[in-house]
Amino acid sequence: MNCNREVTELMHQYLDGDITKDEEQTLRSHLRSCEACQIHFRELKRTVALVTTNVDLQPSADFTKNIMAKLPKEKRRSTVRRWVRIHPLVTAAAIFFLLMSGSLVSVWNQEDQLSYPKGMNLVVENDTVIVPEGVIITEDLEIKNGNIKIDGEVQGDVVIINGENLTASAGNVAGDIKQVDQMFGWLWYKIKGLTQEVFGLEK
Amino acid sequence: MNEKKIAKSIKLVKKGDQSAFEDIVEYFQGKVFAICFRMVGNKHEAEDIAQEAFIRAYINIQSYDENRKFSTWLYRIATNLAIDRMRKKKPDYYLDAEIQGADGLNLYAQIPDDGRLPEDEVESLETQSYIQKEISELPTKYRSIIALRFIDELSLKEISEILEIPVGTVKTRIHRGREALRKKLRHV
Repeated sequence: MNCNREVTELMHQYLDGDITKDEEQTLRSHLRSCEACQIHFRELKRTVALVTTNVDLQPSADFTKNIMAKLPKEKRRSTVRRWVRIHPLVTAAAIFFLLMSGSLVSVWNQEDQLSYPKGMNLVVENDTVIVPEGVIITEDLEIKNGNIKIDGEVQGDVVIINGENLTASAGNVAGDIKQVDQMFGWLWYKIKGLTQEVFGLEK
Repeated sequence: MNEKKIAKSIKLVKKGDQSAFEDIVEYFQGKVFAICFRMVGNKHEAEDIAQEAFIRAYINIQSYDENRKFSTWLYRIATNLAIDRMRKKKPDYYLDAEIQGADGLNLYAQIPDDGRLPEDEVESLETQSYIQKEISELPTKYRSIIALRFIDELSLKEISEILEIPVGTVKTRIHRGREALRKKLRHV
């Protein structure tokens, strides 16, 4: 039974897969001649088998669920990021739609709304702002999306954006009359053109 | 689930995607649990430690180096926790204490009774709990080695990385641990 430790060492090396061809040969030839070492070797192999077979160890079924519930809360930013990563197309479409509809709405408002200073005794007929006879406006007058007809008197400048001056004579305006509808029209044309291009509409 | 997919999930977790961590837990839970079980010898405690290991791995995921094996890093967290737990625990073998390996069974149940269960089932259950009991009686340093070597059949080098000890020491401990178990289990 008292074979040297070298042989036992070789057995362990063999079981670890940590043995050279020559060493394995030495071990084999010794085992053939020594019954005690054969028993020792068999016992070692059996020990390994006994310890290894017991691998059907599994944690309880809700193991993963429990862990996920215990993890620290994810940062909000990450949630958004993940969503963007999972649905890149939807996100791109959503952002595009948001921006487009935003600009459309503002353009829409600009086109439709007649705007003029309130509280100056001005009269509005359809889309024409009238400064009635006898009314004297001491400040500047700015009219958007509408025409102006001055029967009274304006002491400041008159600015007409996207509209026309229907006044018969320019004598009753002390300051300048500026018509910027040309520039606005150009801008409007550009925006409309871009919109049509993007959506592929005819008109 | 393969290694590539796991590597991808790890990247996602690193970027802050918590849900990807579920894949990692699913993939490694069996091994981590088994290693912990071998070390502490009690199912309830092993599950507790394994859970703690995964949570720590999640919290410290930024310190994981992707060029290294994830399992090595994860097993190190688990074995360190288990070793801590074993050190704190006094060796106690009460007759009514839960016996390692046989969930819910205590020593009373281990004492052969009229044998209502099928013969072989009782035997395998008894054998398993006996093996675990013998492992549990080994010193801590052999237990961790045996857990790592025989659960996931890790290479000597990986074990040396997990336990942060030289490969030579790993070899010596495996040999001694195996020799000690041989003496304990030769009559099984």
